[in-house]
Amino acid sequence: MIIAQTVIPNFGGGPNSCVRENRGFCLSWVQDNWNSVLWPAVRQHIELTAIAVVIGFVIAFGLALLAHRRRGFETPITVSTGVLYTIPSLALFQILVGFSFLGLNRLTVEIALVSYTLLILFRNTLEGLRGVPAEVREAALGMGLTRRQILTRVELPLALPAIVAGLRIATVTVISLATVAAFIDDEGLGSPIFRAIQSNVFKTELFAAGGLAVILALLADAALVLAQRLVTPWARRQRA
Amino acid sequence: MKPVLDGFPWIGHHVSLVFDKLGVHMLIAGIALGVALAIALPIGVWLGHIHRGSFAAINVSNVGRALPSLAVIAIAIGIVGLGRNTLILALVVLAAPVILTNAYVAVDTVDRDVVDAARGMGLREREVLWHVELPLALPLLFAGVRTAAVYVVATVPLGALTGTDGGLGDIIVNQASYRLEGVVGAAICVAALAIVIDALFAGVQRVSTPRGLRGHIDFAAVQTAAAGNPQEEGPP
Repeated sequence: MIIAQTVIPNFGGGPNSCVRENRGFCLSWVQDNWNSVLWPAVRQHIELTAIAVVIGFVIAFGLALLAHRRRGFETPITVSTGVLYTIPSLALFQILVGFSFLGLNRLTVEIALVSYTLLILFRNTLEGLRGVPAEVREAALGMGLTRRQILTRVELPLALPAIVAGLRIATVTVISLATVAAFIDDEGLGSPIFRAIQSNVFKTELFAAGGLAVILALLADAALVLAQRLVTPWARRQRA
Repeated sequence: MKPVLDGFPWIGHHVSLVFDKLGVHMLIAGIALGVALAIALPIGVWLGHIHRGSFAAINVSNVGRALPSLAVIAIAIGIVGLGRNTLILALVVLAAPVILTNAYVAVDTVDRDVVDAARGMGLREREVLWHVELPLALPLLFAGVRTAAVYVVATVPLGALTGTDGGLGDIIVNQASYRLEGVVGAAICVAALAIVIDALFAGVQRVSTPRGLRGHIDFAAVQTAAAGNPQEEGPP
């Protein structure tokens, strides 16, 4: 990660004058470094994000079901996940590094990333479950459905839009924070950003890595909107 | 566990350093939030008042929320170079969307009957906005300001990662000078700062709500109303 600073700026690039003189955005550098630098960073970024969102969802979903059954749990869970959510990312990463059983590795990063998804996913799942009209629940009960059947066949499908909305926010949040995580664990799209800054502010790499992070976040957001429409066809029909 | 605990006495031993960095931190955050408010509030409130541009206003926040903070800072550095103003510019870009959208939704969703009644009573357009729409919009509008404030305070430390002033972040990223105790101590300070700012703005939000509305508003929920309601979003 630490690259020797030279007094005379040297951006490499050999005969490539665009890179040598650090002019704006050099497409040739991106082409030359796509396979070795940029694409691996994108892949790592997607991995980091997917792991955090999946684990975060499993935990938050469990917590939401718990709070749905017993109202008393709602406030303590909201407050504790809220505090985790409010702690700035860089601070949380460094506080976690302070625990001796954690280090500068992916585990530390994932713990922090998961902790940021909890509040959003918990609150949205719970709101989705609570939003099911009482009449619908009573009708299901009247049809002889058990509590478990009501949950899986009535409440969860109706809560899906809220749950996916939560997944959207959680995913873009994690994509953003995973960039910062490169400070702790040198992977993902933050890694080329930091390297570019340390090598005398190499603009092409800044634009390429920063741009890829933005594109990744927007694509993930759009993909989840699409997923939301696919899993809830009735919502679309209602609106039309 | 030990370095985490050592962070607390470190704060006690370095009060003046912490306050020094805290001052820079608040200055950067304050300027960025001020500029973001000056740009986003009038636009959001005006669009909400004339009930136009819902597609743009909602999508600005969806895109704004998706923007990774470090990526925005990196791109800003690529365009204008390193420096405190670059960080402030990036913070404005990150904070403005949430303020704009919340202001828009807040004013746009004020009960139309109330607004009609105000017009019927002979209030002029400006009076409708100042005396009817804005007071009723304040809780939701402040939710956006609050989110933006916490976001800005939490993002200032990233400046230190990118080679410019980062307030308390300067200590967080500099383990060579401040050792792990200092890093953890400063991290604890930033975490506490974010929580305090959140609580502070929650208080302002409560106080600024017209008395007649206070009992009816679930302050935890107003934020989600703007952030997560799938019905309010336009096509992808």
